[in-house]
Amino acid sequence: MKRFIGFIKKEFFHIFRDRRSLFILFGMPIAQIMLFGFAITNEINNVDIAVLDHSKDATTKEIINKISASKYFSINQFIDRESDIEIIFKKGKVKAVLNFEEGFSKKLIKDNKATIQIITDATDPNTANTISNYVNAILQQYQKGLNEDITIAYQIVPQTRMVYNPELKSVYMFVPGVMTIILMLVSAMMTSISITREKELGTMEILLVSPIKPIQVIVGKVFPYIFLSIINAIVIVVLSIFIFKMPVQGNLFLLGFESVLFIITALALGILISTISATQQTAMMISLMGLMLPVILLSGFIFPISSMPIPLQVISNIIPAKWFIIIIKGIMLKGVGLQYLWKETLILVGMTIFFMGLSVKKYKIRLE
Amino acid sequence: MSITVSNISKSYKSVKALENISFNVKEGELFGLIGPDGAGKTTLFRILTTLLIANEGSATVADFDVVIDYKKIRNNVGYMPGKFSLYQDLTIEENLNFFATIFGTTIEENYDLIKEIYVQIEPFKNRRAGKLSGGMKQKLALCCALIHKPKVLFLDEPTTGVDPVSRKEFWDMLKRLQQKGITILVSTPYMDEAALCDRIALIQDGKILQIDTPQAIVKHYPKPIFNVRANNTYQLINSLKAYEHNHSVYPFGEFVHYTDKRADFEREDLIQYLESENLSDIEIEKTLPTIEDTFMELAK
Repeated sequence: MKRFIGFIKKEFFHIFRDRRSLFILFGMPIAQIMLFGFAITNEINNVDIAVLDHSKDATTKEIINKISASKYFSINQFIDRESDIEIIFKKGKVKAVLNFEEGFSKKLIKDNKATIQIITDATDPNTANTISNYVNAILQQYQKGLNEDITIAYQIVPQTRMVYNPELKSVYMFVPGVMTIILMLVSAMMTSISITREKELGTMEILLVSPIKPIQVIVGKVFPYIFLSIINAIVIVVLSIFIFKMPVQGNLFLLGFESVLFIITALALGILISTISATQQTAMMISLMGLMLPVILLSGFIFPISSMPIPLQVISNIIPAKWFIIIIKGIMLKGVGLQYLWKETLILVGMTIFFMGLSVKKYKIRLE
Repeated sequence: MSITVSNISKSYKSVKALENISFNVKEGELFGLIGPDGAGKTTLFRILTTLLIANEGSATVADFDVVIDYKKIRNNVGYMPGKFSLYQDLTIEENLNFFATIFGTTIEENYDLIKEIYVQIEPFKNRRAGKLSGGMKQKLALCCALIHKPKVLFLDEPTTGVDPVSRKEFWDMLKRLQQKGITILVSTPYMDEAALCDRIALIQDGKILQIDTPQAIVKHYPKPIFNVRANNTYQLINSLKAYEHNHSVYPFGEFVHYTDKRADFEREDLIQYLESENLSDIEIEKTLPTIEDTFMELAK
């Protein structure tokens, strides 16, 4: 036991003396969460649009007012000719143009039908889609107001309710993702680097020719990073609660327990990487390419898994991050407990045992 | 026997690093492995310290088999690799403390063993190991290898890259450690250090050329050897090499070591020849062979 404590003490010396890594370790989560929370967002706010109004009557004015009054759009300019549409799109000043046909009001009353053309700049397809949906919603609302007194014989009224994230805030989606990435990165990359550093500097040679057991070396290496990762997880959760008003519906202790479980899974992966790479450089490359990319692309963090091709959906099952994201979304947003998440939890436990077993088996007690 | 090596062979892919090596080291002996870089010294050390497994042959250290009882060996030996392998970001004291702890001991417990070495680096005990000079690094590494009072000490080229004064101090320390009953296996590319060992093995290209005491190795040198000097050493070497009766010609400090093929060497004949080669101030005198001469002769 004394050996083990001595080893851990040494590890903390390494970590705290390497100022740059320490800065990355704690600076990165904060920077990432801020970046994802503020800068990268799917929501639209104050999107500049232009209006081409051929009729300029009371109805179109009313609609235009309604649109510009919403917080989603601000009317940047009015144009007079169809040919201007392309010009302003090319200038990139507006994301959408509303084109009211001639005699809008008249047609609406006479024919019960008038047309607005919504033209969006689809170089950014997500935004274009969102804009057209929002405009449609505003128009429908307006239409409803017109028809208030009239009863239509048959009517289907869809009532949409967005549960767990009624305001569709994208930060709710990013926080679990960022937390997963950071815990993965800190745990897996840092441990794999710190173990391969011993190999590279030759200190592993001395450690091998000493009574310290392989399991003591591995656990001793991993322990400080469990500790640091837990601190990181706490920082992320606190930031998301206080800055982004992210709700934690479920049990905080369960969240803590699942986070520690995921940290250990990632650490086991880190150890596995260190057993197959000889230098810090290789360990870093494998961690980045082999872990970061799948975590970002295949975990369902950014791209929904259900819309991926079948082979990728199958592959996504072996990514621990996928299961962890399901778990934290469940706890934070839905407020569910272990009775709904036991399957995902068991999968993570299984993966951890598998990686641990493999790395202990692959850990070399000699130099070759 | 403290170390026994019998018929050890080891190859890396196509390279044969060790070929059929056998020798024994007695308890409390200071045994030297002398040979140039790439001779296979480090491979042999790694086999004996249980870091590598030989392809053929067997070996024991402190009566434990290097393959079967590797854990026991790891408890009982001190190993100082050729490359400086301590934690550069830890101070002298922290390094020493760390190695004491993982060997289950404390600095105080075995302080008498390292005292003489440690007092020399103690004034810098709060300095990080990465910022030490070559000699101090080696002293610290030796302290770390000794802190658990090993039965056998393996030192792989401990004085490479160390200044001559520190080298001498280092060997004095080895002598003192030997008196405390520790068996020491040391390797070095420096022939002058070989004379300080009890017995040495000359090793080249993975083969042992000869094993004996330094004195016996020198004594068995087969030919009389001569120091030759002239006004132009470079030309002297070329001329001697061109001389029909030459057996060997090696530069040695300010002289050239020369041996002759003939049983009775004729000094006048050689002087005449050298003068005909436009050399002057010629001196020729008989000298005693050194280990380096023996090595060169055996390696031929």
